Amino acid sequence: MTRPWRPAQRSACTVLRALAAATLVLAPGLPVQAADGPPAPAPLSHYFSAATDDPAAPDHDGFIRRWMLLDPIAKPNPTNIVFTGSYVREALSPETYPGRFGTLPRPGAITHIGETLTWHALDSRLWDVKLFNFAQSRGKRTYGVVFWAVTVIDSPREVTDVRLAVDSNSASRWWLNGEVAAELFDDRRMVMDDVLSDRLTLRKGRNVIHGAIINGPGLSDFCLRLLDASGQPIRDVEVVVR
Amino acid sequence: MRRSPIDPALAALAAATLSCAAPATAQLAGDVFIHDPSTVVESDGKWYTFGTRGGGLVSSDGWTWSSGPIRPGGGVAPDVIRIGDRYYVAYAVGGGGLNGGHASEVKVMWTRSLDPNSPDFEYHEVGTVASSNGVENNDAIDPAFLFVDGRLWLTYGTYFGSIRIVELDPATGQRVPGNQPVDIATDMEATALLYRDGWYYLFGTHGTCCDGPNSTYNIRVGRSRSVLGPYVDNMGVPLLRGGGKLVAAAKGRMIGAGHFGHIDLGGGLEKFSLHYEADMDRSGRSVLAIEPLLWRDGWPVAGSNIKAGTYQIQSERSGNALQLRTDFVRIPFDARRSFMAGPNDPITAIPDQTLAENGPAWPEGAVRVDLSAYMVRPNQHWLVTPEPQAGGYFGAPYYSIRIAGTERALAVRADVREVEAVPRFTGDERQLWRIDQLTDGTYRITPKGARDDTALAAIGTSSVSLVRFDPDSDAGRWRFHTP
Repeated sequence: MTRPWRPAQRSACTVLRALAAATLVLAPGLPVQAADGPPAPAPLSHYFSAATDDPAAPDHDGFIRRWMLLDPIAKPNPTNIVFTGSYVREALSPETYPGRFGTLPRPGAITHIGETLTWHALDSRLWDVKLFNFAQSRGKRTYGVVFWAVTVIDSPREVTDVRLAVDSNSASRWWLNGEVAAELFDDRRMVMDDVLSDRLTLRKGRNVIHGAIINGPGLSDFCLRLLDASGQPIRDVEVVVR
Repeated sequence: MRRSPIDPALAALAAATLSCAAPATAQLAGDVFIHDPSTVVESDGKWYTFGTRGGGLVSSDGWTWSSGPIRPGGGVAPDVIRIGDRYYVAYAVGGGGLNGGHASEVKVMWTRSLDPNSPDFEYHEVGTVASSNGVENNDAIDPAFLFVDGRLWLTYGTYFGSIRIVELDPATGQRVPGNQPVDIATDMEATALLYRDGWYYLFGTHGTCCDGPNSTYNIRVGRSRSVLGPYVDNMGVPLLRGGGKLVAAAKGRMIGAGHFGHIDLGGGLEKFSLHYEADMDRSGRSVLAIEPLLWRDGWPVAGSNIKAGTYQIQSERSGNALQLRTDFVRIPFDARRSFMAGPNDPITAIPDQTLAENGPAWPEGAVRVDLSAYMVRPNQHWLVTPEPQAGGYFGAPYYSIRIAGTERALAVRADVREVEAVPRFTGDERQLWRIDQLTDGTYRITPKGARDDTALAAIGTSSVSLVRFDPDSDAGRWRFHTP
């Protein structure tokens, strides 16, 4: 999120829009026009479809679109300028993961962190994963939140010198098979291939990616792809969340 | 080369004593004394250049040079070119105004190696390929080769009349039968030809040579779509009417730039050799120099090596600045001071953030580096220091790159082939860097001892690493700005 330093102000209209969005179903459609007032937020189906049991592939540019997303966890922050490395490492860590870090949550699994939160198996319709819209369409808080995302990359072979190419709005941390691979600090804007990990090895078989994204005010999203040793996107892998 | 008011006998005596040692305080190291250096060429893994009279210089890295190469025939201002397995050497005998004469001959010979220790080192005479009779307005000295599209050209001449071009047979080095000289410039010396992107460039030297710190030598250029001309400068002035765009002149304590020689090191890295008539830090004697060659709007321009100083190092890819990846430290400031200030409120200066304010939060050990928006912060300011005692590469010494005011030094982290800032500069090879200016004016930063053409690159908008340099990408290009 890139914007002037300014405390977030949650208006009554924002709350009403969130409540309205909570009743929407996972079906394609245009934003719902409320009888009075501004348009309702776009439904979840505008940005996501439900993940199927069939493995997915990265898109043409290698972006991973299939993710398990947890409803946002409240983490109030009136500004994104507080997201220094020290702060983010403490806020986003295996210790703050809602569950046993390293395990793959089941679609529909529920966790309680102040409120009931649900894991969703989704395919992003876009190259980036629109977390703000995910939360908004679910009627959840959109500002001052932490999102967790998990996916599995099933590789037909071992690949060395792989890099995770990530960006997020705002700060985030990413793990490959339990090891920290990329960290993004401070107030950030979305640009593909913003931060690249050191050279990593993609195992033959299952590789679990965990990501945690923190945001204060503003839109929030992330994108991730795997690049080979020559910087080209890796696409001959399967992406699963089950 | 122009014979100056200096007594020719004294000039010859000076040339004979060129091989004395001197402190390496300026460009290049070792024995760099030479006059009229030929184009620098590689043979048997080393780089060679030959000068007036019979000597030459050799180097394995383009930084430290020593005498030792052998070129028979004597004479003045040779040139060398490699075609296939042959090194053709052209040189001039006679002329040059020595003792008032301008009758001269350009001779050619060839060898399969320039290394006197090689079994392939054996010169074979080709013979005279051009000459001046001492009466005509031409002096057949200062030859220079160009091989392009299978054809071999040779320019020659000096301040006495015209610069001429002839065609040679690349298979033999002999003059193409029936070929007649063509005048392509006037009143130049030490010409050189270069072909690039459909243009032929004719370099030459204006001014007076051979007068130490009073030599006015400077390198000029014109270009043409045809190798036979007409060559014109950037203002359209024909070189046949005295034109020539400046490429290199005196600078600093180096006086009298002359005798251009193109060095293409590949990967977008071009340099040029020259001699300065006087290195003021080396007794005012004539020395070899190697400098970056830039191209702007189709014209060659002399570049410059990084000077010692404190810089922001900016990625050409993202525009972000190289920095220690440390917690962002805010400058105490209430934003309402900007938006709520009254028209009569006093104006005060806010000091820059200091190292004492930013540094305490830095980890004690090695710190990774990344790229971020330039904020004029101490973790973004790098002290770049030449480290000539560690050697160098083609005209530039190795450098240390440290966070200003600290000993934290940019270094290769060998185990993961990444970069970081180590707590203290020790002079270790992993903390030394080549900084070569590229043809667009940006710089390439290469670890000393790098293999496989590895260089520092922005692999993402905010990430840096050591990867193979791609001359077609901005990822490995950097700019150095003073804060």
